[in-house]
Amino acid sequence: MENMDKPLTKNIRPDRVFATLADYESTGGYQGLRKAVTQLQPKDVQQWVKDAGLRGRGGAGFGTGLKWSMVPVDDDSSQTRYLIANADEMEPGTFKDRLLMEQDPHQLIEGIIIAAYAVQASIAYIFLRSEYHLAALRLETALRGARAKGYLGEHILNSEFSLEIHLHTSAGRYICGEETALLNALEGKRATPRAKPPFAVVSGLWGRPTVINNVETLCNVPHILNYGVEWYRGLSMGADQGTKLFGASGRIKHPGLWELPMGVPIREIIEEHAGGMQDGYKLRGFLPGGASTDFLLPEHLDVVMDYEAVAKAGSRMGTGTMIILDDRTCPVQMVLNLEQFFAQESCGWCTPCRDGLPWTVTLLKDIIAGRGRLEDLDILSGLTRMLGPGNTFCALAPGAMEPLQSALKYFRKDFERYIAEDNAVVESA
Amino acid sequence: MARIEIDGQSYDVQDGDNLLSSCLSLGLDLPYFCWHPAMGSAGACRQCAIIQYKDAEDQRGRLVMACMTPVKEAMRISIDAEQARQFRSDNIELLMTNHPHDCPVCEEGGECHLQDMTVMTGHTFRRYRGRKRTHNNQNLGPFINHEMNRCIACYRCVRFYDEYAGGKDLQVLGMHNNVYFGRFEDGALENEFSGNLVEVCPTGVFTDKTFSARYTRKWDLQTAPSICIHCSLGCNTAPGERYGELRRIINRYHGEINGYFLCDRGRFGYGFVNSQKRIVMPGIKGQTETTAEIAENHFRNLLKYAKSVIGIGSPRASLEANFALRSLVGEANFFLGLEDAEHTLLNAIVEILFNGGIRSPSLRETEQADAVLIMGEDVTHSAPRLALSLRQAVRNASFDMAHKMHIPLWQDAAIRQLGPIRSPLFIASICSTRLDDVATGTYQGSPDDIARFGFAIAHCLDESAAEPVDLSEDEKSLARSIAKALKQAQRPLIVSGTSCLSVAVIQAAYNVAKALPAQDKQLTFTLPECNSLGLAIMNGRPLQQAFDSINDGLADTVVILENDLYRRASHQSVDGFLEKAAHVVVIDNLENQTVGRAELVLPAATFAESEGTLVNNEGRAQRYFPVYPAADPIRGSWQWLTRLENSQWRHHHALTAACASAFPYLAAIVHAAPQTDNIIKGSKIPRQPHRYSGRTAMHANIKVSEPGQPQDMETPFAFSMEGAMAHVQPALLPVIWAPGWNSNQAINKFQQETGGHLRDGDAGARLIKPSGSHLPWFGHIPPAFEPEPGLWRIMSLPHIFGSEELSLQSTPLAERLPDLCVLLNPQDAESLGVDPGDPIEICDPARNFLLKFPVNIEKTLPRGLLGITAGRPEFQPLKFLDQVTLNKANPEQQPNSEAPL
Repeated sequence: MENMDKPLTKNIRPDRVFATLADYESTGGYQGLRKAVTQLQPKDVQQWVKDAGLRGRGGAGFGTGLKWSMVPVDDDSSQTRYLIANADEMEPGTFKDRLLMEQDPHQLIEGIIIAAYAVQASIAYIFLRSEYHLAALRLETALRGARAKGYLGEHILNSEFSLEIHLHTSAGRYICGEETALLNALEGKRATPRAKPPFAVVSGLWGRPTVINNVETLCNVPHILNYGVEWYRGLSMGADQGTKLFGASGRIKHPGLWELPMGVPIREIIEEHAGGMQDGYKLRGFLPGGASTDFLLPEHLDVVMDYEAVAKAGSRMGTGTMIILDDRTCPVQMVLNLEQFFAQESCGWCTPCRDGLPWTVTLLKDIIAGRGRLEDLDILSGLTRMLGPGNTFCALAPGAMEPLQSALKYFRKDFERYIAEDNAVVESA
Repeated sequence: MARIEIDGQSYDVQDGDNLLSSCLSLGLDLPYFCWHPAMGSAGACRQCAIIQYKDAEDQRGRLVMACMTPVKEAMRISIDAEQARQFRSDNIELLMTNHPHDCPVCEEGGECHLQDMTVMTGHTFRRYRGRKRTHNNQNLGPFINHEMNRCIACYRCVRFYDEYAGGKDLQVLGMHNNVYFGRFEDGALENEFSGNLVEVCPTGVFTDKTFSARYTRKWDLQTAPSICIHCSLGCNTAPGERYGELRRIINRYHGEINGYFLCDRGRFGYGFVNSQKRIVMPGIKGQTETTAEIAENHFRNLLKYAKSVIGIGSPRASLEANFALRSLVGEANFFLGLEDAEHTLLNAIVEILFNGGIRSPSLRETEQADAVLIMGEDVTHSAPRLALSLRQAVRNASFDMAHKMHIPLWQDAAIRQLGPIRSPLFIASICSTRLDDVATGTYQGSPDDIARFGFAIAHCLDESAAEPVDLSEDEKSLARSIAKALKQAQRPLIVSGTSCLSVAVIQAAYNVAKALPAQDKQLTFTLPECNSLGLAIMNGRPLQQAFDSINDGLADTVVILENDLYRRASHQSVDGFLEKAAHVVVIDNLENQTVGRAELVLPAATFAESEGTLVNNEGRAQRYFPVYPAADPIRGSWQWLTRLENSQWRHHHALTAACASAFPYLAAIVHAAPQTDNIIKGSKIPRQPHRYSGRTAMHANIKVSEPGQPQDMETPFAFSMEGAMAHVQPALLPVIWAPGWNSNQAINKFQQETGGHLRDGDAGARLIKPSGSHLPWFGHIPPAFEPEPGLWRIMSLPHIFGSEELSLQSTPLAERLPDLCVLLNPQDAESLGVDPGDPIEICDPARNFLLKFPVNIEKTLPRGLLGITAGRPEFQPLKFLDQVTLNKANPEQQPNSEAPL
């Protein structure tokens, strides 16, 4: 049975048996592709996606159709263009793309083919997080199946359009999820981000126009083509369009992922779908969109999950997968845990990130170990500004500063308590 | 031009430039690390932060990196805004968290860009209390020290070494604040330009190991403008001295030649100046004690009573020294002192350069070439710095592409990311070369075949040029495709030289250049030595005629100027010649075989202790100046030759002027150094920085009273810290220094724009005026080379560290000499039954045993050729043989015990 409210997860079964090609086809799979390559011009596909209002699901929320339309049209079309599915899902607390790839791999593949058609790319890559072994296996199987049925390869569905998709498993670094670092990694170079401009849509993989989309973003595309713009725009509850996978982890009753309309209130996610806090725990705060977003507080529970609303509340929707802070976990230690991750994953290219994040870690460790000084909090907030947007080469460090700066704002007392008790107390509040 | 506003002031700056470069060009101070004028912007260090305002109303502005922000008409920026100042100071604090602060024991101290920038930002107080990360250091060979703890991760080293210089063995490893710049494992850095790391590194990670051995702070070094004497390119250098010892050489910026970079031979080859083999006293055969006066009298008497005196000049001596000798012995008795084959080649090159009507480019101009053909040279080994320029020239196609895509040319990474888009570079050579990795096409053949191939290209371009017969289809089709690429180019460049010892190669190169339709075509030749072209212009007689003149009894006395004749002719003929000459006078600076045979030896100053004019391969005359006074009784060669009573020249400038008027081609050499009259009138230019220390005490162990400063009667420089620096033309500055800028990066204060020409012009006078007319086509095409069974032709292949005479006497270079072996084609090796490493006996065609060496296989070497390292003394007995026979040797015996050293 087709579940028209949950297009992304309609084939995902509770028993975790993944959708085969036949399963996928039986619920309308590859119909969007057929429509695109046999009835629509690439420009039309771009327009459909633009009209549908699809925004990137990787965290930045850039308009997908707009991105596609930025590929130079006067470019020499005899030269290769590339489409890349960014499947390097490494944001702590985020596991949405994994579900989509493991359980319904054809949905991603169809999305890639349609997107490639829209930008006239002839080669596509899936840049997959190295630890996603199961996803790699299932994608390989699915790619073989798609090739065998003429959805992929030369003259797709007897059209003029041809595409090859390569699955590339990453060597494994958080920074590879940054799309220009991903390009360098794919070219076999150090995974260091590139300066922008030039943007990848103009000069990307091997200097050629390249579109990079998140897995979940691409998974939306077949359904827009298959069921139409109007249907898609009817899915949402808020300002942004479509549905999205929202997730929650932490001390809640049912950690997990749910496909819900854009604009769903955060309270609904935590209290209904996640079943509320575990017994004996209270909600202290949450990172709404993964590790690199600002903390929000219980007072923000009625904020709805769309890009603008969460930004207005002082954070970012990011990947839409929440990390819950309960009242028995120390926010300072939670932030230290996050900053250690970010300091470890800094590529080492620019000074503020390379040297600022380790200092952040040192200060937090000192504070927790009882060696902190009150002025350390000033240094920390200085660092959150120093490593802020625009000051660093890419978005890693500004993202890393988001949980810290909001923790300093909302949980300052916790920091100060460590500093005041000058024996090395390491316990939660 | 664009008009922009910086901190309320209006400035005109270059459109399309980045703001950092613009600010520095304007003379403003803005700290930076990762940006380099020759390498563009990286955006890594975040040090050059400034505030950019949206419009005239915007008061807040936003922080941007100047190096990554293009200039736009009417833009408003601030360097001084508090937010920007604070950011720059905080940034230094961050990159200093792991820096060891070991300035007192660091060799960069006193010329450290990191020190300068730290002071410039005002960061003084350290708040970081954590531990510092530490690294293991590597042994990077005899040239470079490695102290990774000092690293601030600006990425300049790898950007220079890997991307700019094409090195493969220095990488960035690790990540986050544990990034490591080094090799995969310990070992000598392989790239021929590794020494530039010393200057590219903004702090003390990479320092000069040859300098470490006898270390002195920059402010305690005495320095004068100098010219590299280790090849024909004439790179500008700044040698530094303390206690009468040459301590190091660093780059001296020249906007047309070397720019910011030297090769490792030029930087590390100076050790001969301090060598134990230096001749420090005059010597008269049979006498134990000799003073300068006795030697001078002896010289005077020899000249007086000689039947006839001949003089043999030298391509490694200055124009003035050669001219003084020529004047002393008379024009008819002056011989150039070149190997005979080389003499012919140089004459051909002089004719082509002066009358061929095709521009001979500076290195900067070679970098503009959009198509290059190299004929017969492995440039990295025969003129190393040129190879670095050609490596940049192949990037022009990617610059064109970037331009089309609106990517600014300083956006270095973005341009490299466009992929391997290269301008055409074709290399015809005896075997593979170090530039093959960026070549569009290569051709390997004997010198005759290279010449034939060149003639074929010329014929494809212009049918009236002579056409070689019997070329293979492959050769023809490659020649056609090269001709096509050269024809399409706006600024094609032909590179050839003397390495093949073939006039035909040089003539073929000229034919190709002449046949090119482009207006801005260029033709350049690499020559064997620093003054080869200058000497050739002097038009002396060939060496063989000098031998004849003594052997035939026409003369009985010979004066040899800075020339080891055993490198120029066969052992036998030089022996005979020196035996026959009644009196042999040698003026030289190092002991060698010729010196050993002299009756009178006069100790000559090296380039570091004397002055002179050299003509580089471009035809540019340049002056070098003594860095420190020669230790008595050592004198400049020109002084030995002009101190005799009959000499009319008391001063060097008079000698230069006389030389200029004697040779029309050399008329411009009086302008080789910037005009210095006004400086000399007032006060002289100090060779010692104003912070020079210890002057009153440095000789106290010898004599307690302070000696007077030595006087320099010959140049505009003083051996002193006193003098005028304010109005000195940058090309004459001994030390590059500006307030707040103690490192070499202070050069931006002396350039017309960053990376541009020096203010008041670059040094040197071009001697070659563009002539409208061309020479006729050359038509003497040699037959194709056919290997003769059992006979091999000797090919002397230059090597950056193995071939040049003086640098061979520098200890650190000795560690980088190529393996002592001969090269063979694999099929030849197989036919002889030898494997790599097996010894082989080399015999003359009459099968007389000469030498025994291990064999190395070079698969690109054509059959019938035997490759040896040019200029290497061990191979000298082979050099003057046309052909040899080879036998597999009994491997039990030790190879080569007889070779003279």
